[in-house]
Amino acid sequence: MRAPGFLRLLEGPQTLGRGPWFWSVAALVLLAALAYPQMADGYTVGNTVYFFTWAFMALGLCLIWGYGGTLSFGQTAFFGLSGYTYGVLTLNFGAAYGFTLISLLASLAVAAAFAAVLGYFLYFGRISGVFLGIVTLSVTLVFERFMAQTAGPEWRIGTARLNGYNGMSGMPPLTVPWFGGDIILFPDVELYYVVLGLLIATYLGLRILVNSKFGNVLVAIRENPERAEMLGYDIRKYQLIAFVIGAALAGLSGTLYTAWGQYITPSSMSITAAALPIVWVAVGGRGDLTATLVGTLTVLAAFQALTIYGSQYALVVMGVLLVATVLIAPEGLIVSLARVFGRRRRGGA
Amino acid sequence: MDVLGSVFGFIYQCGDAFAFLVLAACGLAVIFGMMGVINLAHGEFIMCGAYVTVNANRAGVPLPLAVLCGALVAGLIGLVVERIVVRQLYERPMDTIVATWGLSLIATQGTLIVLGSSVPGVGVPLGSFTVGHYSYSTYRLVLIVVALAVLAGLYLAFNKTRFGVLARATIQVPHMAEALGVDTKFVYSMTFALGAALAGLTGGLYAPTMTIVPTMGSTFIMEAFVTVVVGGADIFLGTAPAAAVLGIVKAAMTSWQGQLFGQIGLLFAVIIVIRVLPKGISGFILRERS
Repeated sequence: MRAPGFLRLLEGPQTLGRGPWFWSVAALVLLAALAYPQMADGYTVGNTVYFFTWAFMALGLCLIWGYGGTLSFGQTAFFGLSGYTYGVLTLNFGAAYGFTLISLLASLAVAAAFAAVLGYFLYFGRISGVFLGIVTLSVTLVFERFMAQTAGPEWRIGTARLNGYNGMSGMPPLTVPWFGGDIILFPDVELYYVVLGLLIATYLGLRILVNSKFGNVLVAIRENPERAEMLGYDIRKYQLIAFVIGAALAGLSGTLYTAWGQYITPSSMSITAAALPIVWVAVGGRGDLTATLVGTLTVLAAFQALTIYGSQYALVVMGVLLVATVLIAPEGLIVSLARVFGRRRRGGA
Repeated sequence: MDVLGSVFGFIYQCGDAFAFLVLAACGLAVIFGMMGVINLAHGEFIMCGAYVTVNANRAGVPLPLAVLCGALVAGLIGLVVERIVVRQLYERPMDTIVATWGLSLIATQGTLIVLGSSVPGVGVPLGSFTVGHYSYSTYRLVLIVVALAVLAGLYLAFNKTRFGVLARATIQVPHMAEALGVDTKFVYSMTFALGAALAGLTGGLYAPTMTIVPTMGSTFIMEAFVTVVVGGADIFLGTAPAAAVLGIVKAAMTSWQGQLFGQIGLLFAVIIVIRVLPKGISGFILRERS
């Protein structure tokens, strides 16, 4: 009784965590996550969804940066582009007949297409990693400034006003057409289960992707681009595909965020906002999907707890965390911890 | 006269854009050319220079001196930052970038906590003059001259001084320079401090022309990034010609559609340039020469 081929790729050289122990713990965590809405009130559950929406962007960055080895500082550009696309589409065409789901897909497609065009110029121009980061960051900053100056009434797409720095608001939440009336996914238990499902699917899907041939080639390119090229792989193509997937995931974050809070503002693309995904992924451990996921949710929870004292204090702590991680545990705190424990267990056995 | 007036206007705008790009980018370019890393806290060194300049000026120090104070303080902070953070990461350029971004977050938000959301600025000195139908700020002409002076000064510093020789040796082959007795660590830390001081100088120079807020650094960095990317690793063969070309692009787009389109024009220019000349203008010039 062997599992189908692609399921065997859930474990592999590119992901930490294997064997019955890991999957038992994962199943327990999943059970806890499924039971959680029964124990908390709707508002808290809606708030938890907010954490989950960011995790997609972090996982995408983990793929581009941790596995692909190219630093993209512009993930929030795709986040914003996708969020705005969702807003423009739904404000123009409403939410009937499940149109919000079509808008969701369309906004992801827009983000991915933009990433493909930008990535074509960047990767096929063969610019070095350093420049890739700052060009993507420049794109993000210009996009933010562009959206920030759209306050006038002439900035409209159809009936949707872009509203400058105040951002767009009032777009409908995601709606699933169902027999006997649409299910409207307000930030509550229903949205929680939908986003949780998406997150699990994304996480497992990425695990399969990075352990597949594609992921192995991507890691080979990260380790030594020249050697990978000598072995006959077109490294530009692989990196571009990883970049587009990462951008689509950032777009998914953006759309879910927009649908969750029913607003999107240019400040979601500011330089501060652009730094946060870097903090999450670096602190957790960019080299591994599980570490990134756990790290992101932990750092986000800590960030929100600190925001009580004022967001500027929380951001200083984020900065300190980032510098400290890079200096002390460059692989990320969770990956470093996992290595220490792994060594101890192997040493004891 | 009308035609001459608008020709002057366009040249003035190009010069202004050129000066802004050169001054915004030179500190970044010095560090990039030497160590191959991009200092993402560059904008915060600019902000630091502006804060020091404004405060010194309001305390009675004449503006030129206050600007130098700003540069000095930024340079000293750069020295400290290099010693504590950047030095640990020489082997890992990517991590250096990430770490400097952390520093940038700390600096921006820390300034916000300590000094509040804005401080009163100082007025633009030197008044204005009129050509044709329009009046122009004299101070901006001074900035153009200063930008040229900074380029000339850097040229002299890198080509005519002993430090410059050691620095260029370190850029070319670091371990060979080290084997010949150059204290490369010292060269690196001096270069980083020089880059930070240049950023501080820029902040001080532009302090009278803008509102002094903790996030003001981000006004400069996009232009600085773009200039360094287009220029490549060499200041004289890269940053200066890049700033000249981009200055024309920016001035043309700005006078056609406004400030924002000037920036969008820069962005398109840079994306096209990296597709055609991946090593920047300096890489292109150096290849042509060899």
